[in-house]
Amino acid sequence: MSRGRYGIYGGQYISETLMNELLRLEEAYEHCKRDPEFQSQLQKLLNEYAGRPSLLYYAEKMTKDLGGARIYLKREDLNHTGSHKINNVLGQALLAKKMGKTRLIAETGAGQHGVATATAAALLGMECEIFMGKEDTDRQALNVYRMELLGAKVHPVTSGTMTLKDAVNETMREWTNRVDDTHYCLGSVMGPHPFPMIVRDFQSVISREAREQILAAEGKLPAAVVACVGGGSNAMGMFYNFIPDEGVELIGCEAAGKGVDTAFTAATIATGSLGVFHGMKSYFCQDQYGQIAPVYSISAGLDYPGIGPEHANLHDTGRAQYVPVTDDEAVNAFEYLARTEGIICAIESAHAVAHVLKIAKNYTPDQSIIICVSGRGDKDVAAIARYRGVDIYD
Amino acid sequence: MGTFVNCVDEAFQSPNGKAFIGFITAGDPDADSTVKFILEMERAGADLVEIGIPFSDPTAEGVVIQDANIRSLRNGMTTDGVFDVVRRVRERSQLPLAFMTYLNPVFHYGYDRFFAKCEELKVGAIIIPDLPYEEKEEVTGPADEHHVHVISMVAPTSEERIRTIASEAEGFIYVVSSMGVTGVRSEIKTDLASIVESIRKATDTPCAIGFGISTPEQAGKMAGISDGAIVGSAIVRIVEKYGTEAAPYLYDYVKSMKEAVANAR
Repeated sequence: MSRGRYGIYGGQYISETLMNELLRLEEAYEHCKRDPEFQSQLQKLLNEYAGRPSLLYYAEKMTKDLGGARIYLKREDLNHTGSHKINNVLGQALLAKKMGKTRLIAETGAGQHGVATATAAALLGMECEIFMGKEDTDRQALNVYRMELLGAKVHPVTSGTMTLKDAVNETMREWTNRVDDTHYCLGSVMGPHPFPMIVRDFQSVISREAREQILAAEGKLPAAVVACVGGGSNAMGMFYNFIPDEGVELIGCEAAGKGVDTAFTAATIATGSLGVFHGMKSYFCQDQYGQIAPVYSISAGLDYPGIGPEHANLHDTGRAQYVPVTDDEAVNAFEYLARTEGIICAIESAHAVAHVLKIAKNYTPDQSIIICVSGRGDKDVAAIARYRGVDIYD
Repeated sequence: MGTFVNCVDEAFQSPNGKAFIGFITAGDPDADSTVKFILEMERAGADLVEIGIPFSDPTAEGVVIQDANIRSLRNGMTTDGVFDVVRRVRERSQLPLAFMTYLNPVFHYGYDRFFAKCEELKVGAIIIPDLPYEEKEEVTGPADEHHVHVISMVAPTSEERIRTIASEAEGFIYVVSSMGVTGVRSEIKTDLASIVESIRKATDTPCAIGFGISTPEQAGKMAGISDGAIVGSAIVRIVEKYGTEAAPYLYDYVKSMKEAVANAR
């Protein structure tokens, strides 16, 4: 069996044109991983540019209100560019630069990964082109303009369902077209090996910090860590260093959209089946003939028909559990966190908050739960207003 | 394998040993037309026809074949529907046939079940662009049992991988002429002669060049360098333009391409 496997999942199901590039990428990454100079450059960027370490904030009002576990928020929303995406992007951009690349391309759903990639490209003096589903450029117009301000070219993708999966298709096609000077800065723990490994490693800074921070604050490990899952990069980063701590529950929150019993859902673990797509073997939402299904979520960042291969394996082994959260529940949690703690989180992250609203009371006050607040919600305000029937424009 | 002869191996037995290989998306615009078009391509001299099983997300295709996939799926084509198209072709023809599709539809159908149907309907090979050398084992096992070749692809970026890929290749080797996705190109710049030379050093398996070929001049040139020319987007474009009435146009086009290949030296 090939490289990059998590149980039966993962692999490198990609065109021959890209195989040598993936092998070179893996080699360069393995070298940089062990190179103290690369690591110190990256750490410097993370600390001085992105604002790491991110805070672990004790949500006292939420804790009192819910009456159960002590609730902590890992504040990835406070990073530069407003989400966890910058952790991975700075790592990959620096890696690409070391490989002699001068151009970054990336897919984006909500626009957070696109903004982060455009930011890193501006900082490191690289060209940047972002592929974004036409539907997403409409519902996240502000982020499109942010990317353009940062010097990136944004291509609205009009093929297929015009959302995240089609943006990935188009970025892959562009990479096949021009690979010599171009790095595909993939935004999640998905795609062909070595991407799921590289993105996980760069995102694992989240749980490396959180584990130290919770031990310092509570003197013991949390009962559970909770994160939203689309492709699964913030969740993988949040879970990774807790995987060996068997007492810590790992909970991923999928976008159920209008419900897992409707056709309007993006909950891959709840409704998908085993398949091979976007370079990896994993779970996908698909029909009986293996045609990838159109998916739906209020959150453009979770609107993806697959899940990263390491998550698929964590699900199979039972080490992590994945739960569906509907649009309604996420919007309620979005508003709850704003009113209760004064934090407007991304609608993606609100899926994780929503699940904790349900489960917090099942724990005792000597237990703690960490929620990964993967991003900030400024980008979502207009969409939430529309959802509530308030007529404003962004 | 004993005396079993795979139909795809017979595709390279024209007088000059060169094959014209045509591609068509099954179900575009409908199943009846696909049956008719395949038989028409045979009549015009095609040595092998690749039948595309539509996939929702064909990442190796340019816009022309992407759109054909969408048209076909919208019209209700399924993997079972494609097998039915082949069954109808087989009632009237022994033309060498291959499938082209992505791994997920094959995986989902079940490898053994899929290749058993191929064997029954004499589909001699399958081309899967998202199945590189590193991953092919899970498919070649069940495919071999049913005498179906899993076609290996070589790209302009393959470099030292060519030797390894070619040495295990079966049926024919699909040489990708250019970077990027499928689609008509005005010019092919890759040094294909040296790629073919590397392949020849490693194997006697024939190799055919595809991606970007649309004119008889290009087809003749590519067949001159290698053992055949593969044409997809230019054919699908004719179907796109003329729909159910495309048969005579396909005939004329394939005939001109086959002549160029037959005269290639």
